[in-house]
Amino acid sequence: MSTDHDSPYDLLGDDHDDGHRWAFGTGFTDPLEGIDTAVPAGVDRAALARYCLALGDDALIYSHRLQQWVTRMPELEEETAIANIALDLLGQARMLLARAGGILGRTEDQLAFFRDAGDFRNVRLAEHDDRDFAELVGRLLIFSAWRLALFEALEASPDPVLAAIAAKGAKELAYHRDYAARWVVRLGDGTPLSHRRMQDALAAIWPLAGELFQPDADARAAMPPAAVAPAAEPAAAVDAVIDTVLAAGGLDRPGAAPLAGAVGRAGRDGVHTEAMGDILAELQSLARAHPDATW
Amino acid sequence: MVTGPPAADQAADQAAAAATTAYPAAAATPDPELPMLTVADLGILRAVDATPEGVVVTITPTYSGCPAMAEIGADIRSRLQRAGYRDVEIRLQLAPAWSSDWITGEGQRKLAAAGIAPPSAAPRRRGPVPLTLGHPPSPGCPRCGSPRTRRTAEFGATACKSLHRCEECGEPFEAVKPL
Repeated sequence: MSTDHDSPYDLLGDDHDDGHRWAFGTGFTDPLEGIDTAVPAGVDRAALARYCLALGDDALIYSHRLQQWVTRMPELEEETAIANIALDLLGQARMLLARAGGILGRTEDQLAFFRDAGDFRNVRLAEHDDRDFAELVGRLLIFSAWRLALFEALEASPDPVLAAIAAKGAKELAYHRDYAARWVVRLGDGTPLSHRRMQDALAAIWPLAGELFQPDADARAAMPPAAVAPAAEPAAAVDAVIDTVLAAGGLDRPGAAPLAGAVGRAGRDGVHTEAMGDILAELQSLARAHPDATW
Repeated sequence: MVTGPPAADQAADQAAAAATTAYPAAAATPDPELPMLTVADLGILRAVDATPEGVVVTITPTYSGCPAMAEIGADIRSRLQRAGYRDVEIRLQLAPAWSSDWITGEGQRKLAAAGIAPPSAAPRRRGPVPLTLGHPPSPGCPRCGSPRTRRTAEFGATACKSLHRCEECGEPFEAVKPL
């Protein structure tokens, strides 16, 4: 390469001789290039890898669901908002999968494109197919409020790489949560029709929220000791945020029971909803059809 | 018979020379998405370390998913190679996370001159991030200078920008988000 790129797209036309895979993959850069990825002594490597993989899968699958909305949003401003949020989550997914993969001896591409549904550890909330804009913003409120509280706690993680990813991601998630919260209030406090549809949306999503607060044995490896970060248990903080938003929008907190897992197992155990197969078919088919393709 | 300085001294001299020329060569690289700014203006160039073996450049992403990082690394590499440094290594640094406060004064002036409002001071927090439900603050209009503006969208054409409109002159404009 010998020229500067006035636009990111110019690079697409450059010749690559080092296996770059622009058409589907991310082989063009390592998102943790040059970063010291040694796992500190005393940290359970296997548990840390599983935990980073789970948080990375949440972001990858959620990002894919948001990407499916692009070109279908009601206004251009929402279009750019959803595309940007999807991009932020994809960036978080890349770093987290790279962190997990570095420990597991696999690349982020191998983890994203060559695992089957049962090996994905994302919560089922991430794979939900939003039926309308109200479900999109209601689900995003719950997901981003939860993930932000989690990342705030992870900023003090004993793993410096995860702590850095969380500190960076928390700034982004604060924008996502505010965006979703404003729309939930706007729809809830809008017309009788928008209010009813927002309330219906919350009722549809609520059963998937319970899984977010299940105890996670792997978190012990990644989370700081409780004395360091009092917010290590985010459920109360998330509840307070969601209740504030619902109250501002005149919305009722749904009473729906959490969606049951299969024999007590759920997304973190690799047990997913039916939608997961369709998501992976779309996400992975090109890479699997041309596993060694380069552009 | 050796007539010049010992090889180790020669290497040290080269490293010293590199330190004075490698930094400006790397720092002048424009950002692909905000081409009026250099990577130094944007505050993403963390270090340029010249060693006898080559140059190590450390950069930091603005956003986790910033798609321009690969281009920025490639552009810095090609500029340094044109300046005579054959071995260039690009390293990322995640912590501390980039803040829009790191955009230099010169960078802020260049943004304003290009019609993009520079970011307001990034929020500094201790404890949980507060929820913002009301109208967010909107920067002054970079075209007419009026403070009467409103934010029309918190996400713009790139991850680092939001969209605004001036109530005074009616012009839409972009702003770099405080982060």
